[in-house]
Amino acid sequence: MVHATSTHNRGKRSGDGGDPARLAREPKNWRPFLLLIPAFVIVSFFFLAPLVDVFIRSISDPVLGIQNYVWLFTTPTNMVVALRTFGTSFLVTIVCLLIAYPYAYLMTIVSDRTRNMLQLFIMLPLWTSILVRTLAWLVLLQDTGPINGLLQSLFGIGPLPLIRSTFGVALGMSQVLLPFMVLPIYSALAKIDKRLLPAAANLGARPVTAFFTVYLPLSRPGIFAGSVTVFILGLGFYIIPALLGSSKEIMMSALMYQQISGFLMWGQGTALGIFMLTATIVVLVLVGRLAKGTSLFAGRVK
Amino acid sequence: MKPETTTSTLDHNERELRQLHLNTEVISVINDAGISLRDVTKRYGKKAVVDAINLVIEPGEFMTFLGPSGSGKTTTLNMIAGFVTATEGLLHIYGKPVAKLPAHKRDIGMVFQNYALFPHKTVAENIAYPLERRKIGKAEQKTMIAGALDMVRMGEFGDRYPADLSGGQQQRVALARALVYKPRVLLMDEPLGALDKKLREWLQKEIKRIHREVGSTFVYVTHDQEEALSLSDRIAVFNNGRIEQVGSPAELYQKPETLFVGRFLGESTVLSGSMVGTVDGISTLDISGHAIRVPGQKKSSSLAILIRPENITLYEEGTEPGSSDMNTLPVTVLDANYLGSAWRCEVELPDGSVGTVREAHSAAVREPGTRALMRWNIDAGVLLEDTGDEGVSLT
Repeated sequence: MVHATSTHNRGKRSGDGGDPARLAREPKNWRPFLLLIPAFVIVSFFFLAPLVDVFIRSISDPVLGIQNYVWLFTTPTNMVVALRTFGTSFLVTIVCLLIAYPYAYLMTIVSDRTRNMLQLFIMLPLWTSILVRTLAWLVLLQDTGPINGLLQSLFGIGPLPLIRSTFGVALGMSQVLLPFMVLPIYSALAKIDKRLLPAAANLGARPVTAFFTVYLPLSRPGIFAGSVTVFILGLGFYIIPALLGSSKEIMMSALMYQQISGFLMWGQGTALGIFMLTATIVVLVLVGRLAKGTSLFAGRVK
Repeated sequence: MKPETTTSTLDHNERELRQLHLNTEVISVINDAGISLRDVTKRYGKKAVVDAINLVIEPGEFMTFLGPSGSGKTTTLNMIAGFVTATEGLLHIYGKPVAKLPAHKRDIGMVFQNYALFPHKTVAENIAYPLERRKIGKAEQKTMIAGALDMVRMGEFGDRYPADLSGGQQQRVALARALVYKPRVLLMDEPLGALDKKLREWLQKEIKRIHREVGSTFVYVTHDQEEALSLSDRIAVFNNGRIEQVGSPAELYQKPETLFVGRFLGESTVLSGSMVGTVDGISTLDISGHAIRVPGQKKSSSLAILIRPENITLYEEGTEPGSSDMNTLPVTVLDANYLGSAWRCEVELPDGSVGTVREAHSAAVREPGTRALMRWNIDAGVLLEDTGDEGVSLT
């Protein structure tokens, strides 16, 4: 979806910019399209076909009809879980954004060597298993773990419900998803011309004003790309909520698992899946609307 | 604001200026100047990038900082703009001490080399930016933006985005943005550096016209000596963090005070030699065994005579000198190029170095390899100390 957004932007730009060089580069014959066949085959067989299957099951299992969707919307638990899933994912997005923006900014002002180090720190967790990292959190955050122990001995508070709570889930997910926020923001910030802030100062803008009127608007494409990625990935998280969350406050992926694996209710499970997909698309469209006009021109720096 | 770490404080009102034991004359010079720099120094670690510069720029003047890269001209400009804090010295703009004032409070216009237009704002929004910061009403903003766009002849481009404009158009928008709030000082940091020659020459004329129209003090940084000569009221030639000479383009070209200035501006033929003696204000130098006369007197072991190529004529070997106030030096013609209005000949001087000549007495002496005589009027030579600076004018 992120890629789709950027292609859309490029199309729009060449449309109003009328860049003849870019038009001339468009393929004139059909042969280059042969290169698309493998991708097309893979996408249709392994993505589109299962999706269609999921949709068909949701309206035909156990009998043809919309009873699964009626169940979905009339069972309060489902809506509570959906809201919790979106809410947690949103919270994680905000947390990641608040951590990632200054981090990405730091990456733009340091030397090449330090930048590589910072990049390594961000990428390193991606190379370790999610399960290992989540179990590590489990050890750290449990009631008898080192953090609670420290809090208790130093401040006499405690033990805080660091796991089996939304806090634990948000912490674990933020840590895993942080790279997906840092990298797009960094690539947006790196493109910003460093002379623009002195220029703004020269024109009479205080540093804070210059940030909000120049720097932040120009970094918006990175913010949107990162937020959308983190938000969508967050919606589908299963392991972290399962290990760090409370079994009484499950998220959507666990609910689906329960329906399909536990109760063998394929129709209801797939209906939940279709519902999440639709809801996600709606959110994306809304965000896209919001981003329009601000992200469009971000790549236009000459 | 950060406290100054150096002993010298930079922010002074007039009373404080007196306490610095500056006499009233100096104080009045500071107060009357458009921009005044006194002993302004910028050090990075131990290295002085700008070394105790003294310069008075008159109100409404077009001053150009000319020099090779790394000569301190851009750092000086950035100190005036407030992007770089001076390590020492007094900096006044229209009598107001500004050394401690942050950039956004200085009310100075600036045009950057890479234009520095805001890519997410239209041309009109870019120009509105300084007006919004000054809380000017929307209606008034509109008139001012239209006026600024008209001034740079970009009236129809208000709704475009910077990326839709050519380099020259972007630079004109940058100029409009820097001038729309009518700053008394406009700084330009190699504004035409990225443009091709034709466009550059045309924009130079535009900048001159705009300078006449707005009457602000313009400070222009460039390494292009032709640009400096054609634009400026006065030029300050920078070298190694110091100002070598300040003067009108004609003064600098005809009466350079150092070999560096003479070589940096325009073409020149330089003869190195040693003093023989001085009679009636005319010194005689030994140039590779030839006695060459030049006005003036200097006490230095190694001296040089600088002559502009248009003042030298090439004669065939054996031609008698026409008058006694001419110098003659035998040379070998290396190359001759036709420039349209004149020929430019390169000649090998007696000491093996290369000189340039603009005029040739006859076509025969333009043949490469020909031995010829180079003649010039005694008064056309400038006696300078030979500092050993190699020519850097190839920019």
